Amino acid sequence: MKYADEFRDKQIALGLAKAICAEADPQRPYRFMEFCGGHTHAISRYGLEDMLPKTVRMIHGPGCPVCVLPAGRIDMAIRLAERSEVILCVYGDLMRVPGSQGASLLKAKARGADIRMVYSTIDAVRIADENPEREVVFFAIGFETTTPPTAVMIRLADRKQLENFSVFCNHVLTPPAMQNILDSPDIRNIGRVEIDGFVGPAHVSTIIGTAPYEFFAEEFGKPVVISGFEPLDMMQAILMLVRQVNENRHEVENQYSRAVTRDGNLRAKEEVADIFELRDEFEWRGLGSVPYSGLKLKRAYAKYDAEIRFDMNELRVDDNPACECGAILRGVKKPVDCKLFGTVCTPETPMGSCMVSSEGACAAHWTYGRFRDHQQRRAS
Amino acid sequence: MKAHQRKLDIKNGCVDLSHGSGGRAMAQLISGLFHEAFGNEWLARGNDQSAFAVGAGRMVMTTDGYVVSPLFFPGGNIGSLAVHGTVNDIAMAGAKPLYLSASFIIEEGFRFADLRMIAESMGQAAREAGVHIITGDTKVVERGKADGLFISTAGVGVVPDELDLSAEKAEAGDRVLISGTLGDHGVAIMSKRQNLAFETEIVSDSASLNDLVAKMVEVGGHGIRLMRDPTRGGLAATLNEIAEQSDLGFRLQEEAIPVKPGVAAACELLGLDPLHVANEGKLVAIVSPEAAEAVLAAMRAHPLGRDAADIGEAVADDHHFVQMATSFGGGRIVDWLSGEQLPRIC
Repeated sequence: MKYADEFRDKQIALGLAKAICAEADPQRPYRFMEFCGGHTHAISRYGLEDMLPKTVRMIHGPGCPVCVLPAGRIDMAIRLAERSEVILCVYGDLMRVPGSQGASLLKAKARGADIRMVYSTIDAVRIADENPEREVVFFAIGFETTTPPTAVMIRLADRKQLENFSVFCNHVLTPPAMQNILDSPDIRNIGRVEIDGFVGPAHVSTIIGTAPYEFFAEEFGKPVVISGFEPLDMMQAILMLVRQVNENRHEVENQYSRAVTRDGNLRAKEEVADIFELRDEFEWRGLGSVPYSGLKLKRAYAKYDAEIRFDMNELRVDDNPACECGAILRGVKKPVDCKLFGTVCTPETPMGSCMVSSEGACAAHWTYGRFRDHQQRRAS
Repeated sequence: MKAHQRKLDIKNGCVDLSHGSGGRAMAQLISGLFHEAFGNEWLARGNDQSAFAVGAGRMVMTTDGYVVSPLFFPGGNIGSLAVHGTVNDIAMAGAKPLYLSASFIIEEGFRFADLRMIAESMGQAAREAGVHIITGDTKVVERGKADGLFISTAGVGVVPDELDLSAEKAEAGDRVLISGTLGDHGVAIMSKRQNLAFETEIVSDSASLNDLVAKMVEVGGHGIRLMRDPTRGGLAATLNEIAEQSDLGFRLQEEAIPVKPGVAAACELLGLDPLHVANEGKLVAIVSPEAAEAVLAAMRAHPLGRDAADIGEAVADDHHFVQMATSFGGGRIVDWLSGEQLPRIC
């Protein structure tokens, strides 16, 4: 496959693995967090862990928007979808995300709620166009990468003067969540987070650029390398992080220079800034409430805001107390350290955020990597 | 005197509720459309059932329902699929498929022209596979109660007494052979789905595998421990199922697994794993190491096994893991598909 196979070349990978092995100091650990679920998935799917020296450990961060969506927001969406006038348009991977007491959009759909799976924001506008007598709500979710399409859709609905269209906004931001991992009150409870560097998501940076991480790298003294999602991208990013750690640097470096610039996509940023504004706080499954980490529609676009249009009450549901997601997302614990992992919590019946989608730390480990636990047990 | 009956207007007409009511209209639909397409001595006798002689060996029986959407897809339609799928389920026992039944649940308003095209595809698929559709049923439901057409087929075949293919026969060291490229059917269906439509040259691999199986059994005999056709859930589901039933694990080589570039590209785009995508004309065989080479050669000599490959081996593993060395150089599990990838793929 052109433009993909080049970034999955085994020989180049072996060369990079050799370089990482040669340059990583065997006397010290290198603990790197890949923030984004796409990276987690690539690491697991291509078996990258097997190619890294024992001293280099990847910690799987909270960067999957589906995983971190709290149960309360799912409950809110289910209540909305149960209204007879509403058609709720959602991305397919949201359907199985657990709300409270085992509820999900999939189950609500089976009970009769009109929930439609869409593949793009444009589909939702089309459905609104075709059903003028119904209220069509788009369940907007995602990091900075998916926010511009939602902004464009609201602009489109506005231009078409669609009276029956609104958005249930769950867009979240990357830099505040990364900051929260290192610097939240919860850390006192779960222990010290030891992370030596971050792999930043390239897709997010195609929009926001690399600049928003500069403060973070400086303030916390942690190196950040913005990386692509192909396995070779990741290997190279890991090598760049090893070098920064060895040289005691903490800079923002750009591995994905083929698409990411320092300033990002100005047009997309303008669109987003025109339509959205920061929420004071937003709840993340596993992380709890994170200040200034979510977006809502500006007052000028309030009529497209489903939360206002349908007077939706904010619902909060506590995570399962036995669930270790908060500690796993911060790299303090591993999936196997959680009592629920692989017992009551599996990809079929996820309890915590890390198991919800295939990009979560626990789901990726369960689906692709759990054989290593048994190898390790045998070895010890 | 025989009452005059207007001919079925195949070109412009469509099924209405009278075609399922047991009256003349139904008799006309059955004789004018289905019998013509399936044409054989058993149907011509017009009984509610068909009798056939039972030869030596053990009988094999299977049944399957078909709800694929869309009904027509690149490389086939629900009719050909309903024959191929049931023929293959019988063939995977190493058996020779002989007779099928076909039951149709038709939505009011379904076009005769489409129904005839589907019935003719079934007839052709049956002839190609050397089986006969010898009994059937037709029901018509009101508009909105079925999505066009559902078909259910059952089949019987015969397997020699000495041949007993089953998962518990597999042993550590056995080879895993597949008959060709993975994921063609699933991608062909997805490419035609409303609101997912994309352009691809990929066509469904839907085909009857009984002839390929016969050639394999000829050279492999008891060396073939078992065969399965990796339909829904793909190769991943099939191998996980076999691992549990045989109390073994598997080690696969990703590099050895054939996937067409178009399928790989579509999966990349949609975030799918080709190992989870459905096939309708492929088989996986677990074969003793001694017989593997000959069986693989026999597969490659057959038009439906040209791209056959040896993709790994069975290993002793209490956890029943299906593991794979990735082409990138690492290792991973090939797990069951979790959740629903695509409803109504077959």
